[in-house]
Amino acid sequence: MADELTADEVRHIAALTRLGLTDDEVEMMRGQLSSILKVFESLQQVDTDGVEPTGHTTEVRTVLRDDDARESLGRDGVLERAPDSEAGYVKVRPILG
Amino acid sequence: MVNSGVNSGTGTGQELTGLTAHEAQDLLTSGQVSSVELTEAVLKRVDEIEPQLHSFITVTRERALEAARSADEARTAGKAVGPLSGIPVMVKDNLSTEGVPTTAGSRILKGYTPPYDAFVVEQLRSNGAVIIGKGNLDEFAMGSSTEHSSFGTTRNPWDTDRVPGGSSGGPAASVAASECFVSLGSDTGGSIRQPAALCGIVGMKPTYGLVSRYGLIAFGSSLDQIGPFSRDVRDSADTLSVISGHDVRDSTSLDTPGQDFSDALTGDISGMRLGVPREYLVDGMEPGVKAAFEKSLETLKGLGATLEEVSLPLTDQALAVYYIIAPSEASANLARYDGFKYGNAVNDVPTAWDVMDQTREQGFGAEVKRRILIGAYALSAGYYDAYYKKAQQVRTLIRQEFAQTFDKFDALVTPTSPTVAFKSGEKMDDPVAMYLSDVCTIPVNIAGLPAISVPGGMSEGLPVGLQFIGPQMGDGTVLRVAHAYEQATEWHRLKPGI
Repeated sequence: MADELTADEVRHIAALTRLGLTDDEVEMMRGQLSSILKVFESLQQVDTDGVEPTGHTTEVRTVLRDDDARESLGRDGVLERAPDSEAGYVKVRPILG
Repeated sequence: MVNSGVNSGTGTGQELTGLTAHEAQDLLTSGQVSSVELTEAVLKRVDEIEPQLHSFITVTRERALEAARSADEARTAGKAVGPLSGIPVMVKDNLSTEGVPTTAGSRILKGYTPPYDAFVVEQLRSNGAVIIGKGNLDEFAMGSSTEHSSFGTTRNPWDTDRVPGGSSGGPAASVAASECFVSLGSDTGGSIRQPAALCGIVGMKPTYGLVSRYGLIAFGSSLDQIGPFSRDVRDSADTLSVISGHDVRDSTSLDTPGQDFSDALTGDISGMRLGVPREYLVDGMEPGVKAAFEKSLETLKGLGATLEEVSLPLTDQALAVYYIIAPSEASANLARYDGFKYGNAVNDVPTAWDVMDQTREQGFGAEVKRRILIGAYALSAGYYDAYYKKAQQVRTLIRQEFAQTFDKFDALVTPTSPTVAFKSGEKMDDPVAMYLSDVCTIPVNIAGLPAISVPGGMSEGLPVGLQFIGPQMGDGTVLRVAHAYEQATEWHRLKPGI
């Protein structure tokens, strides 16, 4: 198990989750996340050999509805909520910078 | 400043707003008051005390009065009316409301207006409830004090130097302070029950799947559940009857017939078997909370219930399980806030990648960032088995431990939170201390169980909550025992002096 997180590890996870962090935030998160990870250590004492994981608690499995056409949100209503749009599309800044 | 003591009201307006929903409904039915009058009285109360409390992010005055007029017309026309018809209610601001801003307490959704209503909002509207606004919350429901809202902190009506609990602090404070009759919150690890306890009111988390999550802004999807706040148990039962039911738009919605939960309120719990799990009396529990709890156990015995101590050893692991699973789900759920589709975006940067980085850096607060990072870490290559999978396996064992316990008991009784309302700012720099505020409520979400917090005493002039936990689909059972306890005590009648 990990001991203290390093600043580089914090920066790596921040990059994976597309979170910009300042150097001060990286240092604050490094300390706080390390103390949270310590809370998790107790789980290693629990014997879970052969135990199935629980994803959610209802017995409902693989719910499929009938494939009927039904009304959905209108295009205009959705596009007007986008920060930028043009000619019926959501418009974004260049992906290849 | 402590606002303790019973508020007898200073005029007819305040006497009206301090009624329970079913008492107000009686006045509507007998024609002594109209929904418009009730709504105007509530809006006046909101104007008076919001500068001190800040339990609302948005007040929808005109829409509320329009809904009240419709409710009055429906009543006059003899159309069927339900328990919430014409009653002013508030909903937490992570519940989508068509045409009304919905922020989830986050800067990243400032200015966002949903194009549709959440299922529970549809249910409220179609039952004639008058929605008067949107309640403050910790950003994306992540927190236990409402201090993590991007739109200012909500105060506890019993002492405005203290927090109302969280994350549903706004919905809890508004009901406690008579700014509405009933409100809706969401509960992922205690976000209804803990603020209900700290504000001295009733709050219920139903069985997972009983209430559709359609239109609830997602935090931890396998844990999130919507439920009511109210000033007595009957109002929570009535509200649950209105908001529960099958909905195909939530794939975890249980396909059960509609129920009238007020049928469960028999007032009789003689012979009921109640377990008292010793692990819930945690280190650090305040003596005043423990004393109130022990007195409540005597009350329950007096009502003819049998009480027996029981051990649930895995309780000690629940916090760790929760703080792996909830942030993992949150890191996935919050990936949708990319600055492209809706919400508050930083767009004047060179590339789409910069848009994402900057939008999320500026849009999310510190607690949300912490949880996204922890969740992504727990899910990342090399750590998945040690954290996420391990937590899911222990989750299975916690469910089994509860299931075995409910072979012997009808319900469990515990304190709701180890402390009374704490001072604003006290736990803001120590995330783990803040997380411990939910140590008695978290196991319930992990197992998907129903649980309710009711006023269960006072300590240092502040309310103490009593929690009843039932087996899956035992929602009627927890309502029944909570109601019997409430009817035998006077705690729910105390009101803050604000």
